[in-house]
Amino acid sequence: MSTIVCITCPRGCTMNIEKAGSDWTVTGNACRRGRDFAIAEMTDPRRTVCTTVRTTFKSAPALPCRVSADIPKDKMFDVMKEISKVTVSKQLNRGDVIIKDVLGLGVDVIATSDLLTQL
Amino acid sequence: MIWTCDVMVIGGGPAGLAAAISADKEGARVVLVEREARLGGILKQCIHDGFGLVRYEEKLSGPEYVERFIDEFRSRGIEAKLMTFVTSVERIKEGFKVTLVSRDGVEVYEAKSLVLATGCRERTSKQVFIHGTRPSGIFTAGTAQHYTNLLGQLPTKRCVILGSGDIGLIMARRLTLEGAEVVGVYEIKNTPSGLTRNIHQCLNDFNIPLHLSHTVTRVFGMDRLEAVEVAKVDEHLKPIPGTEEKIECDALILSVGLIPENELAETLEVRIDNRTKGPICDSNLMTNIPGIFACGNALHVNDLVDYVSESGEIAGKNAAHFKRAENKSVIEIVPSETLLYVVPQSLNLNGYINDFVMYFRSNRIYENCIFRLKIDGRTVFEKRYPIVRPPEMERVVINLKGINLRATTVVRAEIVRDEE
Repeated sequence: MSTIVCITCPRGCTMNIEKAGSDWTVTGNACRRGRDFAIAEMTDPRRTVCTTVRTTFKSAPALPCRVSADIPKDKMFDVMKEISKVTVSKQLNRGDVIIKDVLGLGVDVIATSDLLTQL
Repeated sequence: MIWTCDVMVIGGGPAGLAAAISADKEGARVVLVEREARLGGILKQCIHDGFGLVRYEEKLSGPEYVERFIDEFRSRGIEAKLMTFVTSVERIKEGFKVTLVSRDGVEVYEAKSLVLATGCRERTSKQVFIHGTRPSGIFTAGTAQHYTNLLGQLPTKRCVILGSGDIGLIMARRLTLEGAEVVGVYEIKNTPSGLTRNIHQCLNDFNIPLHLSHTVTRVFGMDRLEAVEVAKVDEHLKPIPGTEEKIECDALILSVGLIPENELAETLEVRIDNRTKGPICDSNLMTNIPGIFACGNALHVNDLVDYVSESGEIAGKNAAHFKRAENKSVIEIVPSETLLYVVPQSLNLNGYINDFVMYFRSNRIYENCIFRLKIDGRTVFEKRYPIVRPPEMERVVINLKGINLRATTVVRAEIVRDEE
């Protein structure tokens, strides 16, 4: 049996998870998302990456960005490395794609602020 | 020339934006004053996600969350005065005379009501008394966040974090992802201050150790920080001799708490609650000074921005409807000693009280407990909790419809053990 703290919402349920045949038994979760998170932690742990990307704009040298969906936990540093290779020179909008299908993971790196359009 | 408006909102972060939008919706002429060049407050630099889960059921980053409000603020055509400071506020018959200073010079406004949305400030090393020299490399988690996320500059290669507040935990992860080494997080108390999920996703995910009942006792270095000394503390939070350890690092990052910013409020004789360090407010989020409202982290330090926005909306709406002729009449809400605080601290007896929002924190961890509001000894509201923790603020909506409130009514809020 493993103990997992849910990071899906600020409630942060402490859950116990155990393999029962081909299925999982999850206890301590307050909602369905907790169960899904606990099973994912055992089989395919995923996280988001929120960071910044370099820009050519003096008054806004860093543009906030993130991956459009969670990625495998062990790929976080690889995605950070890919983002560090990019310099944004266009006035991107919030939601615009910075890297399409990063490392073939099926997710994009997207801008999370329209700060460059306000310069 | 004296300009006029109905509601002046001071502060352009999430609370101020929500207050301005909500006052505008009620038909008030609103002016928002912001000292920085951009709206958005601290959320500009909070690039991590987790914002807006309550309001939008989405995991947004700070900029994504606040820019939704900025978009609405702009589409409503509300006036924002950026890079503008409030230098003085004077109480006059019609309301308040506010002096502003900006690059355009000095301007004077007369506003019928004011909304204080000035946010909070980080405690600093001076406020927690660390001995030693004064090298560079000692800064708050928010300052580290400003360097990293807004300026794109990594402020450390190897650091120690003092305090387990959420911003410190978030920065532990952020700096690690950017290639810095976070040696450990040292917390003087025997429980973490930050949210449980942040301990997991920011520290455990990256194998960053959390040392409870430990503190930083000394700093070393002349120009730049070279090392810190940490020590275990006893139950009175006093360092235990012989437990000292020297750790080499180029930065000490402080995440030792936040305090509501109320310098302006104090000059206006707004009464401050010793527990929240913010103004004492009634259920309309009005302070003891008629016409002055408070919201967001200036009112009390929140852990979710969703509630910051909510309190802004309540304050903004009531500021828009404020009438000077009314006598302010309130009854105090007395919290039990199991509560760290309640907000609001009193009920406004003018007009109706149907639903009102109440926020509270327990003074320590309680399992299987009940939060109750009692009026003259009778329970008018109760909610059961499997667990309450001081770092996690709770919110309830209480309906007092049909309950007769008089000035002599005793209102008590309490957390008690669930006997069932």
